[in-house]
Amino acid sequence: MSILHTVNKSPFERNTLMDCLARAKDGAAVLLIEDGVYGALAGTQASDAIAKRGAIKFYALGPDLDARGLAEKPLIDGITLIDYSGFVDLAEAHNPVQSWL
Amino acid sequence: MDDFEDDEFDGPVKKFLFLNRKAPYGTIYALEGLEVVLITAAFDQDVSMVFADDGVFQIKKDQETSGINMKNFSPTYRALEGYEVEKVYAEKESLEARGLSEDDLVIPVEVLSAAELAELMDTQDVIVSF
Amino acid sequence: MDYNVNETTINADEEGYITDMGSWSKDLADTIAVTEKIDMSDDHWEVVNFLRDYYEEYQIAPAVRVLTKAIKKSLGPDKGNSKYLYELFPYGPAKQACKIAGLPKPTGCV
Repeated sequence: MSILHTVNKSPFERNTLMDCLARAKDGAAVLLIEDGVYGALAGTQASDAIAKRGAIKFYALGPDLDARGLAEKPLIDGITLIDYSGFVDLAEAHNPVQSWL
Repeated sequence: MDDFEDDEFDGPVKKFLFLNRKAPYGTIYALEGLEVVLITAAFDQDVSMVFADDGVFQIKKDQETSGINMKNFSPTYRALEGYEVEKVYAEKESLEARGLSEDDLVIPVEVLSAAELAELMDTQDVIVSF
Repeated sequence: MDYNVNETTINADEEGYITDMGSWSKDLADTIAVTEKIDMSDDHWEVVNFLRDYYEEYQIAPAVRVLTKAIKKSLGPDKGNSKYLYELFPYGPAKQACKIAGLPKPTGCV
């Protein structure tokens, strides 16, 4: 089983997403939650970091995007939206889970 | 503020600039900052409110928080006008870095550059950062 | 300080503001008014309803001056002034009317 990484900090304020991506191997999964979902937006200064890691599977938590008014904003290609039960499924399908706090 | 009179607060008036730099919901800063601005404005102070860095996300339109079980406080920014907070700014560089424009915001703002923000900060008596 | 309405207990904080806004009802408003020694007239209800509308729109309870100004704007100067509002709610229109309206304590009221 591959690793599930979670990132909950805004990429514009912290280096957490970059710290995660530097250690995430191809084939791993990265889930953006809480303020981490800002990293899912297309067309920002932070978009490139995710866009160029095509071999990583990226997810973003829908309720956190909705809360922040981002439901209608375009996301980086290849990011899958999930809800809380999808979060549970991901945690079940991967091992171990690393939270980049 | 249960003053019986309708006259304005007659104590000293200072120029306060509130610099909001944090996204909403992930931390409590945005909500706390907003409450302090409203309280300060209720005392008839000269208030400027600036959204910069991730603070610009506070006034993003279309916030819908039922899925995360938190109160959506973005409508409260629209009450600023009633509190006579009329000097509201967003930093241009911060909006652009995040792929946002004025059309994305819940309230009208004056967009100013980082250099203009530096000038504005220079003219204040007090700067409060959240 | 809880309230009892139609044999149901409604929780409130030590100052008498209800803790769950969803538990508000007109009967509860009447009950809170009794503890505030206010006999609810149509004029009282007008202010209480105005506050509930304000909260619905802005998600805060306004400071008294902001409330006064907002009432003046929508109901006219005869009602949008401190004298009128303090006659209706002698212990502070924002505090008392907010309590009866089931809102939190006003923001900017310190």
